[in-house]
Amino acid sequence: MSNEAVLHANVEGATAHDAHHDHGEHHEHHHHETFISKYVFSMDHKMIAKQFLITGMVWAILGGLMSVLFRLELGYPDTKFMFLQDILGKWWVQDGRITAQAYYALVTTHGTVLVFFVLTAGLSGTFANFLIPLQVGARDMASPFLNMLSYWFFFMASVVMLSSIFVETGPFSGGWTAYPPLSALRDASPGSGRGMDLWVIAMALFVVSSLLGGLNYIVTILNMRTKGMSMTRLPLTIWALFFTAVLGVLSFPVLLSGFILLIFDRNFGTSFYLSDIFVNGVGALPNEGGNAILFQHLFWFLGHPEVYIILLPAMGMVSEILSVNSRKPIFGYMAMVGSLFAIAILAFLVWAHHMFVTGLNPLLGSIFVLLTLLIAVPSAIKVFNWLTTLWRGNIRFTPAMMFAIGFVSLFISGGLTGIWLGNSALDIHLHDTMFVVAHFHIVMGVASMFGMFAGIYHWYPKMYGRYLNNTLGYIHFWVTMAGAYLIFWPMHYEGLAGMPRRYYSYSAWESFKQFGGLNQFISTVALIVFAVQILFLFNFFYSIWKGRKLTTQNPYGSNTLEWTTPIRPGHGNWTGEIPEVYRWAYDYAKDGREFIPQTTPVDPNETNH
Amino acid sequence: MMSTAASPERKRLHPHKFAMWVAMGAIIMMFAGLTSAYIVRSNQENWLEFSLPPVFWYSTIIILLSSLTMYLAVKAFKAREMPRYKILVTLTAILGLLFGASQFFGFFYLNGHGVQLLGQGSNPAASFIAVIAGLHILHVLGGVIALIVVFIRAYSSKIKRYNVTGIEIVSTYWHFVDILWIYLFIFFKLA
Repeated sequence: MSNEAVLHANVEGATAHDAHHDHGEHHEHHHHETFISKYVFSMDHKMIAKQFLITGMVWAILGGLMSVLFRLELGYPDTKFMFLQDILGKWWVQDGRITAQAYYALVTTHGTVLVFFVLTAGLSGTFANFLIPLQVGARDMASPFLNMLSYWFFFMASVVMLSSIFVETGPFSGGWTAYPPLSALRDASPGSGRGMDLWVIAMALFVVSSLLGGLNYIVTILNMRTKGMSMTRLPLTIWALFFTAVLGVLSFPVLLSGFILLIFDRNFGTSFYLSDIFVNGVGALPNEGGNAILFQHLFWFLGHPEVYIILLPAMGMVSEILSVNSRKPIFGYMAMVGSLFAIAILAFLVWAHHMFVTGLNPLLGSIFVLLTLLIAVPSAIKVFNWLTTLWRGNIRFTPAMMFAIGFVSLFISGGLTGIWLGNSALDIHLHDTMFVVAHFHIVMGVASMFGMFAGIYHWYPKMYGRYLNNTLGYIHFWVTMAGAYLIFWPMHYEGLAGMPRRYYSYSAWESFKQFGGLNQFISTVALIVFAVQILFLFNFFYSIWKGRKLTTQNPYGSNTLEWTTPIRPGHGNWTGEIPEVYRWAYDYAKDGREFIPQTTPVDPNETNH
Repeated sequence: MMSTAASPERKRLHPHKFAMWVAMGAIIMMFAGLTSAYIVRSNQENWLEFSLPPVFWYSTIIILLSSLTMYLAVKAFKAREMPRYKILVTLTAILGLLFGASQFFGFFYLNGHGVQLLGQGSNPAASFIAVIAGLHILHVLGGVIALIVVFIRAYSSKIKRYNVTGIEIVSTYWHFVDILWIYLFIFFKLA
């Protein structure tokens, strides 16, 4: 097998670590694996995946809690929450009310954490690590060592970001986009000093983490596939994770270059982004010749692909889960791959639609409108294929399947409002209103979260050898699904009425008084949905030790390779040879057979596709 | 469509080599981001015009020479002429350090001639040169460190190992930072 050949060739020039790793593959694990090498500095992709997942979950809870706090302020501006003041202290809550600086800090940290730490590291970090070697038929990633580094860079980024919350002047509070001058001038706001220092360090570490990870994912997919696993036989999860990694590797460096210039502006007195600025209490600044819009270009050149970095893994997993649980081949496999490719290309050509109102040349704007609306084509192809996969399927409504179907629903709802926002003429009215908040939370935030939940419910038995509790899973699904719409649907109306986002208080505004009750309603639902996530958390950790045990290798009757490994696979995944692949991943309901795993050789009498 | 028998063993690129190519793609994107930022900014007002320090020409010659010695080092390694290899790798690393020093002379030259690179009153035109060329120096230094690691590795164990992968990856990277500098130099000359 080519994999083995590669790994053996490795031993020659490899370090002691590689040799150890290679040894472990061929035997059942009996030689000393300490707690540290198994659970902490593990080089096993499956353990690293779990590390990403659990770190991501910690961040999801923290980030979710932050949103509950600022929703309390938006929904109940006149209520005094004295107990919060006792817990959080005076910087955050004064007279029972979230302070303005705390509100902005919460909004900023919520955004940063959810976009990068939960939905990038937690989602693609987890499932790229877990599924790529298992589904392409490899013992581990191309470089297990870089893979381990990828997690630990993420961990360091997490520590630094977390520490910024405890700084005396508070965390950075200029929005997750970190536009200068708020991000470039230490005196611009309380969070612009130490808080921003830590924010930018954490983000730089995070970029390193995702580059190391992405590198590994790409190389493993292109180079480490088992015998017979041609690219067109790959499950769609792998295709999606592949394009995700390509997007990350090509766009994060550009963000890094933007951050480097920002660091120079902050610390070395340069004026890349600064010009003609007057700060209260400081006076006119000497910085001349900079351009704040430049940062927005560099930021959104990552920022838009980032949306797809978040969304594509969810799309891939949903495709796989829908097909397995409909007991039908995925509809239009090549169209699915093609539309993923089209989305990945278009992702780099639409960044300026975030900048329609920055004084962008209207002609340029209209080109970006066209390119943006083009994304509707591959998106519509994907939706069509998901629906046709479900059509007349023999559907099994497992919790994973529910979340996958929920994803499709949310993707449609949120995608349609994207067509509104992609038009520069409409965007002049809608930009920076609650309409935008509603749009991206549904299509990117909640939808990807649903993809992640689907993935967790579906692959949990492979991860821990036990099932999650289904009843809790259904409660989790229905409350989250209903809650997602109840929270974000009304925000569309608020946005259409012109209610701006990122405002601390709307009470002085006569025109938005009518939304007082609605805001209260949204906040209450947010609280309930958050509570249900705690239920999921309980289910997750309880089931690791007490869940129903997995007794068969292939519980779902699935075709892909991860279900040919032992119930609790060791480092190296397969105890014997890596299985050979003879067919694509979607031979369901073919020739009267319910499913035919990829490892089954092709029968000469079999019908062709 | 999916029913052909397993394809015969293909000659695949070593995964670590391939990873290097992907990493170079990422580095290119970072410098593409920076140089396009330079273009965007240079088309606006208040842009300082000045000529590049002449010492950059010497840097260019030094880094080109280092690529030559790197090439010869890999050749010597493949021919198992280890003493020659040792000398050439050392030479390459020294040339790399020299390149960094020469670039710094360029920075001092600019500062000495009234073109302030960093700090208060600096113009972005000059700051861009400092940041972009500075980042490039860091990448060259990364190459020097990689050279040292590969060099030590080849001699650390009692068994002589002639695996060429490590040194080939470093040499690919080395030529890459060389070409990257040529690109940046031409870019600064023309833009």
